[in-house]
Amino acid sequence: MKQRLGQWMKASVLALAGVSAGSAVAQSANEIFVPVLVYRTGAYAPNGTPWANGFVDYLKLVNERDGGVNKVKLAFEECETGYATDRGVECYERLKSKKPVGVNPLSTGITFALTEKVAADKIPLFTTGYGRSESVDGSVFAWNFPLMGTYWTAADILVQHVSKKGSLKGKKIALVYHDSPYGKEPIPVLEEHAKKHGFELLKLPVTHPGVEQKSQWLQIRQARPDYVFLWGWGVMNSTAVKEAIAVSYPRLQMYAVWWAAAEPDVVSSENSAKGYNGLALGHSAENDRPVHKDIAKFVYDKGNGTGKKEEIGQVLYNRGMISAAMVVEAIRTAQKKHGNRVVTGEEVRWGAENLNIDAARVKAMGMEGMIQPIKTSCADHEGARSARIHTWDGKNWSYTSEWYSSDQKMLAPMVKAAAAKYAADKKITPRDCSKEK
Amino acid sequence: MLYRENGQFKSTYREDQQLFPILQDRVFMLGLLVFAFGVVPFIASDYVFKAVLIPWLILALAAVGLNILVGYCGQISLGTAAFMAVGAYAAYNLFIRIPGLNFVAILFIAGFIAALVGMLFGIPSLRIKGLYLAVATLAAQFFMDWVFARVKWFTNYNPSGSVAPPAIDMLGWTVDAPVEKYLFVLAIVAVFSLAARNLTRSAIGRAWMATRDMDVAAEVIGIRPVHAKLTAFGVSSFFAGVAGALWGFVHLGAWEPLAFNINLSFNLLFMIIIGGMGSILGSFLGSAFIVLMPILLNQVLPALGGLFGIHVDTALVSHVELMVFGALIVFFLIAEPHGLARLWAIGKEKLRLWPFPH
Repeated sequence: MKQRLGQWMKASVLALAGVSAGSAVAQSANEIFVPVLVYRTGAYAPNGTPWANGFVDYLKLVNERDGGVNKVKLAFEECETGYATDRGVECYERLKSKKPVGVNPLSTGITFALTEKVAADKIPLFTTGYGRSESVDGSVFAWNFPLMGTYWTAADILVQHVSKKGSLKGKKIALVYHDSPYGKEPIPVLEEHAKKHGFELLKLPVTHPGVEQKSQWLQIRQARPDYVFLWGWGVMNSTAVKEAIAVSYPRLQMYAVWWAAAEPDVVSSENSAKGYNGLALGHSAENDRPVHKDIAKFVYDKGNGTGKKEEIGQVLYNRGMISAAMVVEAIRTAQKKHGNRVVTGEEVRWGAENLNIDAARVKAMGMEGMIQPIKTSCADHEGARSARIHTWDGKNWSYTSEWYSSDQKMLAPMVKAAAAKYAADKKITPRDCSKEK
Repeated sequence: MLYRENGQFKSTYREDQQLFPILQDRVFMLGLLVFAFGVVPFIASDYVFKAVLIPWLILALAAVGLNILVGYCGQISLGTAAFMAVGAYAAYNLFIRIPGLNFVAILFIAGFIAALVGMLFGIPSLRIKGLYLAVATLAAQFFMDWVFARVKWFTNYNPSGSVAPPAIDMLGWTVDAPVEKYLFVLAIVAVFSLAARNLTRSAIGRAWMATRDMDVAAEVIGIRPVHAKLTAFGVSSFFAGVAGALWGFVHLGAWEPLAFNINLSFNLLFMIIIGGMGSILGSFLGSAFIVLMPILLNQVLPALGGLFGIHVDTALVSHVELMVFGALIVFFLIAEPHGLARLWAIGKEKLRLWPFPH
């Protein structure tokens, strides 16, 4: 026993030595560090992996093609969270020592857990297309950036879209949602809309990880709602699509949030999923834009690709790529003010708050038609709030609606109220946005 | 040679019954405490505090609680995470509904609420035993998950169902720096472990152990099973509740019911099985194993790959992490079925003979 213990001790000492050696190599002083919290394993891996590939590929592209952001190289490191909040917090703490300039947790639960920590550590929290909806109000949530659209925006746009097809009065809408902060986010807006339009909202929570949905879909079969809104993630999405097919709920009447409308969700059901609709957060599965060609040329052709070459341009790949682009643009904006050097988290926060990505800049980024112009400010950390619907035709996603923008008359007061409540709970004094520069 | 009690004569009952009868143990414990309180705060980094020491200590406290129930009283429970959740949500509600209440008081009240709930769910233990009881306590787990996800009052009508209490503030001391959090948790855990250790040596502790070893015999010699079992559930849930409140307030900062799901219950049970049933030390060792090993593996593997010039990608790391972790559990259970605490005890016995083994 003693001998074995001795060996064990030796192994762990060796291992510890390895850790310190490994982390020393990872970063040098003249690089900007971007942590990448990902999940490539577990129930959420089908969706987490393409996002992570897109994110990392874009960072690699910026380093390869442009030699970094204004010639300042980007360093990055992945950390597996498995979509679990405690592991996500551990990853954040682990990578924090490398002075990151922005965190993308890719989980609303982790976003909630980090919201306070990032403010204390002065690291901006980028939640492109997710996160907590009230964090649009930058006067209270100085460090959160739910860029390009929150779940409240998404819920509002979905209701706008279905109400265009005919009055919602007396109709039934079922919300099948992941029973987590992520899935619960849209509920307040949908409830508000239910009151306004006079429809009935059925709330059907699905517990983690979401492979068991028989009873929810039985309820749908009994209640026959006019529309089903799907707020799922990971294996829950493909399961929901299969269950819908099993109870023969028409896919045409299903509308998913932008996280539940990508290839991994429908590919396994292929043709049977035909007609399944989802929100497109500005982009769909474009794969022919200059940025994609550059990624193929500068990253994949040099053998540096993170995923498979043919998966470039999938919906979630694009989402990851755009999320990385947002961080890069925030760094670029910060450098405009502070000079082309290694910027700090605090400076990047300023950059993210003063983003101004106009049509020309979008074109220069090689993402024409994939992102709407974004302009953030102290009062508005969302920057852009429009989306359209795309539909699965059995092989591809194609746009099937015009652009919608969320109704600020309704959402702005809700954001204000929720942010004020948070500020009161946490005893935060909101910043005065008129004085921010 | 060093670890030998020769010449330490005990002349009073008091000396014979003290917590650590051997001088070397006392010196070691004292040294450990001095090290933990006086040295660690100066040498550890923020990461070590936040990601390693704090979660380890808090889960060790929960494991101590579970060990009282499973290891000392022999009642298997799969509901520890539920009682932790009760503690966390009770603390949260006390915190926001009674402003100005001292956090230590909150911890105690939250612990008592968890103890009450634990005793309620412990009632079936009077009739059913063993695995059947484990299934009954599973009900607590699912019920609490449901309550905190559905009853909006507990989460203060937060639309996302996630609660985020502000930083702990006690008599003008804001516990927000990692070092402060560590010291606060350490103090609580130290006091509670001492209490647990003493409890298990007292009359009630002996009643628990008698019930564990053979409940009919225990009843015959005059131990009331109702009393013994329910107090075990109560005390165990008290510990779990306090640990839950600390887990939410100090470690996570914001949490949803998923943070206290059945996985945590299982992990706690594994902790005491690997660490050693019926041993306070075992709870700490087991918790260290379960909390630290995945983190260690997760960081060591890429570095190891780096040494040989192999790029280990993130997915592979987590797969290997799971496999190695599982293999280690099997290895330790085969090497020492009575847990890491038993290994420690064997080590001490060997040390007594060293350097002249028979």
